[in-house]
Amino acid sequence: MTAGMRLDEADRATLAGEAGDARRIAMELLVAVGETIGAPSLLDISSAHIDGCLYHGLAGLDFARKLAAAGGSVSVPTTLNVSSLDLLHPDLVRADPEDAERSRAQMQAYESMGCRPTWTCAPYQLPDRPRLGEQIAWGESNAIVFANSVLGARTNRYGDFLDICCALTGRAPAAGLHTDEGRRATVLVDVTVPDAWRDEELFYVGLGYVLGAIAGTAVAVIVGLDQRADEDRLRALGATAASSGAVGLFHVAGVTPEAPTAEQALGGEPPEKVVRVGAHEVETALARLGSSSESLGAVSVGTPHASLGEVESLAEMCAGRKTRVPFFVNTSRDVLDRAETSGAAGKVRGFGATFVTDTCTYITPIIGEVGGSVMTNSGKWAYYAPGNLGFEVVMGSLADCVESAVRGVAVFTGPFA
Amino acid sequence: MRALVPGRATGEVIVLEESLSFWGGYDPVSGFIIDGAHPQHGESLAGKIVVMPHGRGSSSASSVLAEALRLGTGPAGLVLDEPDQILVIGSLVARLLYGVVCPIYVGQVKEMSGETIELGEK
Repeated sequence: MTAGMRLDEADRATLAGEAGDARRIAMELLVAVGETIGAPSLLDISSAHIDGCLYHGLAGLDFARKLAAAGGSVSVPTTLNVSSLDLLHPDLVRADPEDAERSRAQMQAYESMGCRPTWTCAPYQLPDRPRLGEQIAWGESNAIVFANSVLGARTNRYGDFLDICCALTGRAPAAGLHTDEGRRATVLVDVTVPDAWRDEELFYVGLGYVLGAIAGTAVAVIVGLDQRADEDRLRALGATAASSGAVGLFHVAGVTPEAPTAEQALGGEPPEKVVRVGAHEVETALARLGSSSESLGAVSVGTPHASLGEVESLAEMCAGRKTRVPFFVNTSRDVLDRAETSGAAGKVRGFGATFVTDTCTYITPIIGEVGGSVMTNSGKWAYYAPGNLGFEVVMGSLADCVESAVRGVAVFTGPFA
Repeated sequence: MRALVPGRATGEVIVLEESLSFWGGYDPVSGFIIDGAHPQHGESLAGKIVVMPHGRGSSSASSVLAEALRLGTGPAGLVLDEPDQILVIGSLVARLLYGVVCPIYVGQVKEMSGETIELGEK
């Protein structure tokens, strides 16, 4: 079965079961996947982020239990993605008791293999995040695209199951986005929009939706942005692009670490495809993401998990005000802890908002019956919530979300309405 | 066609006009496409040979594919334009845990929409 791939001595020993049954199973799966994607060998990774801890049904739990029962333990530092429970605020989740029990069992199985109970989809906000050029194996589409694009770390798009196989063995197939060639841009996206849009968070969401549709699985370099594309904005762009397409890496000329210029991101070769994106494409994308004109029923922000900067911005915007509708702020327990210390968390609660940690409002029933649509600043939430939860969505910036919550109707403060 | 996950399957071909993210886009309990933005929203993939350009979106698609295969609502087989490791691992884990084989091939069968075909070597 290893005809196509060159395995080193340790890999072969693992495959022969010398490192235990769990690592043998993991190595078998890694080799099978490595061969399908044409990897010549495996390479060492320095960290892993596990998406597979989120309960989607018995298959995920059965797999985790099988590995844990076979004595599985991770061989690199490994963080855990969101689950479907909020362990810090358990009363928030209106889950079916049997599903909740299975979710907890799945979380425990991963913890028992030595993974850190971080429960966040934004592991890049934790201390000790990966550096430029570091080889890692991360799951969770928004974390993958952020690690590759913004940090310049190197990971393929690891799915549930494969992520823990990499963590158990400390190895990953040496292909795709782990390699220089796989990281070279082949698509050039030339953005021309009114200059002031570059200060608007929703512009980055709309551009992300367009990027996903253009790029699919290809690597693109975007020209026409500048330093105003900060980490939180690039995160919004990437999270949306990884929802509307299978984007694992994008470059922004003059902004992201592997793209001092578009030419360097393209590796000195002409692009295979050039796409011009203007105001019309961005506006159309935003309209497609949030099309509801119903009355406002609730607000949900922080998908992916809000950064400390976002919680602090929110605290400033909502100072001395009150929300009229349920207002949910998704974040990690780590960021919430820091926001408690800085005082921002208290101000957000004073506004009437509810923090959700360890999970997210679009994967688990937290938002109950709402009398209208749900406003969000997240392209990813807008993309998935209608299918997952049946909500009508309206897109707004963080400022729009606060204004709308205070007035109880959707209002728009920026250029996108 | 190149086998990513070898095996044999027979079923009616459904050609997806756009890629589908199984996570958030497919309900493994009912076996229907639930992505409201997908042109084939509401169609079932259960027991069919699903032809699609490539996987899309969330990396949880592997779990949802494995769960659909466990419940019998998964595709009989997949034909992709390019290799997709997220779908491959979902199929391999379903085979490991439940013995369900969902072969995955890379190739072109677009002209066969609606016909029943046999995937894999005899």
